[in-house]
Amino acid sequence: MNNAVSAAIQGVPLNYYIWLSTALFVIGVLGVLYRRNIIIIFMCIELMLNAVNLLLVAFSAHHGDGAGQVFVFFIMAVAAAEVAVGLAILIVIYNNTRSTDIKVLNKLKW
Amino acid sequence: MTLYAFYFLSFLAVLSALMVVFSRNPIYSVLYLVITFFCVACHYLLLNAQFLAAVHIIVYAGAIMVLFLYVIMLLNLNQETESQKSNILKFAAVISSGLLMVVIIGALRGVETGVIELGSNSKIGLVKNLGNLLFNEFLLPFEIVSLLLLTAMVGAVMLGKNHMRRAQQIAKNRNGKFADSATNNIKVKELTNE
Repeated sequence: MNNAVSAAIQGVPLNYYIWLSTALFVIGVLGVLYRRNIIIIFMCIELMLNAVNLLLVAFSAHHGDGAGQVFVFFIMAVAAAEVAVGLAILIVIYNNTRSTDIKVLNKLKW
Repeated sequence: MTLYAFYFLSFLAVLSALMVVFSRNPIYSVLYLVITFFCVACHYLLLNAQFLAAVHIIVYAGAIMVLFLYVIMLLNLNQETESQKSNILKFAAVISSGLLMVVIIGALRGVETGVIELGSNSKIGLVKNLGNLLFNEFLLPFEIVSLLLLTAMVGAVMLGKNHMRRAQQIAKNRNGKFADSATNNIKVKELTNE
């Protein structure tokens, strides 16, 4: 039974994880460039953070080192803090401008 | 078999990530993002990071996504009346992100090749091992992260409080106007009666 399970288990090349994380990160960048809704842009930033997390865990499993997973833990804490403050700012912006379009914030560009 | 699981989870994750970007309704975007997060958590399980998988589901799907849903429902944004960027800008966004993907993959080609033994009996991802690392080697970053979370909490409460006070003032002004107009109406009625 145990032998059968371990025979069925096979490895995944590390390159596949690099490609998957790259795809997720690029989709996040695409969302930030493509959409105008601030909430969607926040979600795409979360997507990018997740891609980096996945790559860190893959490298940690590959090298047999737990430090990468501790870093993922820290990144999760930073993401939670970022979302809390960002959504509070978003609510204040919405109360002042009645919109979540990034067009109303275009004075921040210059 | 694990390879097939990897393919399936990757396909689902990328597909739902694309749906996050391209779905019109923000609520659907949030739900697709939850699917992506669950796929990533299953990837963590495949990579023997059980503690991180649990924390990922609790923090992301349990806390952050609920916060997003609350904000969308509080602001009543679940309509599809979002102004879109012009077609040229959309085309430029797709092209530039595709170029970014090409550049990253080209730069990372053949950097480090190796095979991850999925499902091997490594105990790195267990709570005991990670806790040892976290409270010995990474104790100072851990404390700093706690300070960061405290600061974020205070900041969020301050931002929310300021806007609540303003909303109360607006409501008070509005009520005052209504009260004035009501008394005016009464005066007018009294005058007409006389």
